Amino acid sequence: MTTSTPTTNKKIESVPGITVRLCGDSGDGMQLLGTQLTNTSALAGNDVATFPDFPAEIRAPRGTRAGVSGFQVQFASEAIFTPGDTLDALVVMNPAAMVTNIGDLRKGGILIANEDGFNEKEYKLAKVESNPLEADVIDQSYRVVKVAMTKLTRAAVAEHGLSTKIADRCKNFFAMGLVYWLFGRSLDPTLRFIEAKFGKKPDVAAANVAALRAGWAYGETTEEFSESYQVEAAELEPGTYRNIMGNQALAWGLIAASKISNKEMFYGTYPITPASDILHELTKFKNFGVRTFQAEDEIAAIGATIGAAFGGTMAVTASSGPGIALKGEAMGLGVMLELPMIVINVQRGGPSTGLPTKTEQSDLLQVMFGRNGEAPMPVLAPRSPGDCFAMAVEAWRIATECMVPVMLLSDGYIANGSEPWKIPDMDELPTISCSHPEEQTGDGPFLPYARNENLARPWAIPGTPELMHRVGGLEKEDGTGNVSYDPANHQHMCDTRAAKVAKIAERIPEQDVNGETSGDVLVVSWGGTYGACHTAVNRCRQAGHSVSHAHIRYVNPLPRNIGTLLKSFKTVVVPELNSGQLRMLLRAEYLVDCIGINKIQGKPFAVSELVEAISKHTSTHSQSKAG
Amino acid sequence: MNLPVLKAADFASDQDVRWCPGCGDYSILAQMKKILPDLGVPREKTVFVSGIGCSSRFPYYMNTYGMHSIHGRAPTFATGLKSTRPDLMVWVITGDGDALSIGGNHFIHCLRRNLDVNIVLFNNRIYGLTKGQYSPTSTEGQVTKSTPMGAIDHPLSPLSVALAAEATFVARSIDAHVQHLGKTLKAAAEHKGTSLVEVYQNCNVFNDGAMAYAQERKQRADNVIELEHGKPLIFGAERDKGIRLVGSHLEVVNTADVPADDLLIHDAHDPNPSIQMMLARMRYPDMPEPIGVLRSVAGVATYNDQINEQVTQAKAARGEGDLSKLFRSGDTWEVTA
Repeated sequence: MTTSTPTTNKKIESVPGITVRLCGDSGDGMQLLGTQLTNTSALAGNDVATFPDFPAEIRAPRGTRAGVSGFQVQFASEAIFTPGDTLDALVVMNPAAMVTNIGDLRKGGILIANEDGFNEKEYKLAKVESNPLEADVIDQSYRVVKVAMTKLTRAAVAEHGLSTKIADRCKNFFAMGLVYWLFGRSLDPTLRFIEAKFGKKPDVAAANVAALRAGWAYGETTEEFSESYQVEAAELEPGTYRNIMGNQALAWGLIAASKISNKEMFYGTYPITPASDILHELTKFKNFGVRTFQAEDEIAAIGATIGAAFGGTMAVTASSGPGIALKGEAMGLGVMLELPMIVINVQRGGPSTGLPTKTEQSDLLQVMFGRNGEAPMPVLAPRSPGDCFAMAVEAWRIATECMVPVMLLSDGYIANGSEPWKIPDMDELPTISCSHPEEQTGDGPFLPYARNENLARPWAIPGTPELMHRVGGLEKEDGTGNVSYDPANHQHMCDTRAAKVAKIAERIPEQDVNGETSGDVLVVSWGGTYGACHTAVNRCRQAGHSVSHAHIRYVNPLPRNIGTLLKSFKTVVVPELNSGQLRMLLRAEYLVDCIGINKIQGKPFAVSELVEAISKHTSTHSQSKAG
Repeated sequence: MNLPVLKAADFASDQDVRWCPGCGDYSILAQMKKILPDLGVPREKTVFVSGIGCSSRFPYYMNTYGMHSIHGRAPTFATGLKSTRPDLMVWVITGDGDALSIGGNHFIHCLRRNLDVNIVLFNNRIYGLTKGQYSPTSTEGQVTKSTPMGAIDHPLSPLSVALAAEATFVARSIDAHVQHLGKTLKAAAEHKGTSLVEVYQNCNVFNDGAMAYAQERKQRADNVIELEHGKPLIFGAERDKGIRLVGSHLEVVNTADVPADDLLIHDAHDPNPSIQMMLARMRYPDMPEPIGVLRSVAGVATYNDQINEQVTQAKAARGEGDLSKLFRSGDTWEVTA
């Protein structure tokens, strides 16, 4: 198989960045197309950010608006932090994909449509009266390129003798070839992918290659395109990079934490969107000593995790909001037992089953308070796909240093998104030392609830002869851990568990700020909204506004300088994909008024909407400055 | 190596036992302490995990490692512990409400996975710790605090559930029948795979005498049949009654009326649980209730062995995991200054 990409003879225009969205039916292979375009762009040295958006149903009714699956990717020659607001190009495989996505295409943007997917039957399924491609407004607003992808693909793969059904499945590779031509992408990574994925079915592999090349050739020969676009490599920090998805980075962070702490890992979980990919990733790495347990339910998953922690293993469980709700009682036991473990919540739209495949930040108060009694847990929130790696390692560091279950709060946007990730040197990774007492030191009996300077108790594990003890969910007597109903002791133990979590503020970095540490407006955000908030604040700053940005990764306890920071600005603005949960915490804790920018639509923030909302609070300043 | 010889008293913790005076739990605790020294497992390698309920206070009274967990979930904690620490001997202590109501799901899945732990289910047919509501093993019509007009639920038999889950060791004993109880607990401990021992346990406060037909020595001989592998099913104070298989059901016969080889010979080792299920379904007063080992099937892989075996195999096939190689797997690119 030759792996060379042909060179174009047409004009090439250099652009700083491109945002493209690929949309089709759930079965059209759009996620595959998007992933390939992302990897190829990353390998070309671009900065990339992605946003897959797909229905919760595996095969939603074909041709309907509900069944549209999309993948958006921005690739650029400069640092980017979001998958982009408006689209430079939109690829649609059918009318439903077109009508549900056309609103995001910028005026003058390129609309590539699979003409063969537009017919009476499809109009009916998409609930449109006539061919939407033929609306005057479409022609006037966009560069419309109609391509008979199905027919052209069939012709391209004809020699491989596949059934029409199988041949038609190759059309996403045709679309890919065309997109690759348009944006000057190399075919090589995808050719390698086809070889690895379909190598065992040579006819299918050859047909996909033929479709890919035919799509590229179509771009080169059609008169519809007089030029293609090129995006130069971005200036990233020197190093070795790879593309990484959030859930994958989270899994790798856990594996790294296990390795550097010299502990094998137990991962107890129950399948749930969007957390299941962590299980799929971890279970590949049994040679790292990873034991994955797919439990009978969410409660069994965390129960087994706590059991493994009691035995001295690195123990992790993960779910999404509905599953975290079921784990509430067991998390409380984890708090009471004071054993190290990680509980991961990859948030999705709620309440109840909600929007399983859409993103939201509405579980913050759930993970803070969703347990009976006074049961504080540290909460960490990664800010991007790559950051999931670092925060997973941090979660285990804090869990073991402080003997406490740690909540790692991700979301569907980060989990399924991807970005270039600089591979860390092994010596850059933090050290995590776990130890277990081996014998009773000092006089008297062993005290399983004696405490060190972190207020952490000893992690004494079964098998140690002198340290036999019993733990349980009934209130513990300080020191001995025996059951105690003493009122003063209960107060003391509740205070101590809270103080232990609060003290973690001493062991985490101070909050960093993008911009000045005082001024007009401070934007405070957390979790997956980082990219949009960062970009929006930079735009406001470029426009001359006094706006700074603090993005919180340590949500509980908050960094020790947050209070001072909040009080150093005239206005504090808190954008969140919920109705104001961090805002409630900040107001309660620091008595500082905060203004929310809130959205609960299952979609991430667009940069433009944040710029607009933030600017409302800076207008006076900029006017006076301009004047 | 000289191992210290332990006695029952060595397994007692320093905590005061707080069950009601006269509770059947005391007998189970005593028998447990008595058999543990014979098993040769050091105390520090022994862990008792329990859920919630009267029985679940058990771990606090044992001088071993222990965990008093949450209601119904003890098998889950045991699963994580035994999967990662197969060197430990793990006991799950539970009750009829804990194992069969709130924890029914975990009970079934622990058994079908054949995790190598021993489950002791204290069945008193009542909720004791919450003061007297009916349980999933309460009899139909039973009047309790929550069923003043009588329970309308059909009771669940833990033995039937366990057999349906294809458990590899299923047994029953009685708190007051101390020798039989000790012997049965020991057999459970020696079995590799999940062992279930249902123990008829008297709650003398909320359900006193509910199982007197099996507990009282005078009544027991006629109402209970002691199963022994390879032996014919004979019972009665005079040992004059037996069980025979007729078609697809069991019936009680007078041994004098039938040839000796007509009696059913108990086969605890039969992998097919059909006849064992018929035995489990024998109910007082129509039939004698079986005690002893209904089923004990060896050679079935355990969950803990297999989860660890896969790790060993993966390490042998692919070598010990290397982070640096993992990070660089697949496509990477260099950015130079």
